[in-house]
Amino acid sequence: MALPKPDELLQNVNLNRTPSQHWMDIKTEFKPGTYCYAVEPQVMKDLGLPNLGSWQPHDEKWPLPENWKEIVRDAIKTRMERFRSFKLFMDICVRCGACADKCHFFLGTGDPKNMPVLRAELIRSIIKGEFSTFAKLFGRFAGARPLTEDVIKEWFFYFYQCTECRRCSVFCPYGIDTAEVTIIMREILHELGIAIDWAMKPVRFSHFIGNHIGIQPHTMKEIIEYLVADIEEITGVKIEVPFNKKGAEILFVPPSGDYFADPGIYNFMGYLILFHHLGLDYTISTYASESGNFGFFNKLELAKKLHAKIYEEAKRLKVKWILGGECGHMWRVWHQYHNTWYGPVNFLEVPKSPITGTVFEHAKDNKIIHICEFTADLIAHNKIKLDPSRNDHVIVTYHDSCNPARAMGFFEEPRFILKHVCNNFVEMPENTIREKTFCCGSGSGLNTDEYMEMRMRGGFPRANAVEYVHKKYGVNHLACICAIDRAVFPALMNYWVPGVDVCGVHELVGNAIVLDGEKERTTDLRYRPLKGKEEEV
Amino acid sequence: MPTVEYKGKVFEVDEDGFLQAGLDAWCQEWVEYVKEQEGIQELTEEHWKVINILQDYYKKNGVAPMVRILSKLTGFPLKKIYELFPSGPGKGACKMAGLPKPTGCV
Repeated sequence: MALPKPDELLQNVNLNRTPSQHWMDIKTEFKPGTYCYAVEPQVMKDLGLPNLGSWQPHDEKWPLPENWKEIVRDAIKTRMERFRSFKLFMDICVRCGACADKCHFFLGTGDPKNMPVLRAELIRSIIKGEFSTFAKLFGRFAGARPLTEDVIKEWFFYFYQCTECRRCSVFCPYGIDTAEVTIIMREILHELGIAIDWAMKPVRFSHFIGNHIGIQPHTMKEIIEYLVADIEEITGVKIEVPFNKKGAEILFVPPSGDYFADPGIYNFMGYLILFHHLGLDYTISTYASESGNFGFFNKLELAKKLHAKIYEEAKRLKVKWILGGECGHMWRVWHQYHNTWYGPVNFLEVPKSPITGTVFEHAKDNKIIHICEFTADLIAHNKIKLDPSRNDHVIVTYHDSCNPARAMGFFEEPRFILKHVCNNFVEMPENTIREKTFCCGSGSGLNTDEYMEMRMRGGFPRANAVEYVHKKYGVNHLACICAIDRAVFPALMNYWVPGVDVCGVHELVGNAIVLDGEKERTTDLRYRPLKGKEEEV
Repeated sequence: MPTVEYKGKVFEVDEDGFLQAGLDAWCQEWVEYVKEQEGIQELTEEHWKVINILQDYYKKNGVAPMVRILSKLTGFPLKKIYELFPSGPGKGACKMAGLPKPTGCV
């Protein structure tokens, strides 16, 4: 089905309409563009996970295993016992509704089941119906309902219509974290063999090859050499990139989107230019070649396994500490799960900038820091030679990528960098940035083509804020620090706000850095003419 | 698994119509089928240049080349690739060449 035009898409969205039927009586409809394809069975088999064979969500009858109810009951019970967070979130919600209009999917669809309060109620009602004698007796009056196949379909639809962005939890007076609920619900569906293809294939690739895209070592090296050749053409400086270098001080782990997909590759060029400028003793691994972790969008055990390989590689290469690229959910895994899974890492050193001497005490357990903290520290110590006028063709605003913002409290560093490498930086409205940032609408493994209508709906609030600064200040670049953002924003901008390009923070750093021995630059890293150099290109 | 039938051949495809068995099932009829789907009038040497380069790269690397590398290898700017394959390098050219869809943060 073709995607409706922008002026038609939200025509029927009414945020104040109460459906005529009770929510429990409304059956889920699988319309093209609003759900993701089911996982290919071979992917699950390769990873030793349960699968339902070949099926699709729009099938009338899902091929659930005979004992599916038992599996679901056990899965819920296990998690209620294991995760205090989940049990608490199921217990304490008072239905105040503060979260209701904070979800980008609710704002883009008007579907009440996209209100975080009701999203959680989709499972809460089953917990009551299955485990509470009182609720079993009073049924719907006590907010309980029976577990049916339709409930499974509904869970699939709505828990893959939450990007785990956690904007709602900022506004919840109890701090209920809907992302945790979604994570657990996706796990429960996984136990039945239900998962989406787009979120699982990267897991298989990362598991067997080392990154989400399936780039093998020789290919990774070749791609990066292409980027190095472009840098040489643009700056006149030849850069050496160390691969798998044992004994290097720092292991740099980027998201694979940054060395494969447009516009991430320009960001990657920015990293390389920075490292060269500093003479940094670092290495890139062709094995731990992915900072992202799509396991996290499926099942915590998968996430844990993929996370481990980065430390295994750090150990093998005998580096001192790890530097992470501009990746989003990686930082949620690192900041909020790592210590629970593995505890402090004892074979690495506390990250210390070899250039400024700054010791990053807050990373003393995980031994990893974000490249934006690293670069902001360099700029604060005046250790990088910058010419911000080389970004004068750029009027940039900053999208706080959900996970670094809400999971790390990472607000100032990217802004500090942008203000030093660009002369034109503009903020979007206050209720759409920092901890209140709006999701790209495609996070948590939902960045797939078949989901485009829902992505455009969910991304609307963010796009709307960009449109505001685009019209008011002429903003033409949207900077972000997440590879999913960089992959999905071009489509979102193209749809809602044509004329706004998407970039990483370090692409702009790369444009501004003045390298020793460089030639006069006439273009940026995308071969676009610099301001005032239009004639020369 | 959906299938398509074309000139007496049956192809297993994924939900987006990519050849499920990849290069193993790729043949002349498949190329003609995608040509028709894409609304391409006539396959020129330029089309074949893109297809051959995609397949060679895939055999060597196990992934499709990123767009910038495809441009470099063929000498065609992205705009030209869109002229040749209206659905673009992925859904047009890669599909015709029998390559799978990309995955991850792309």
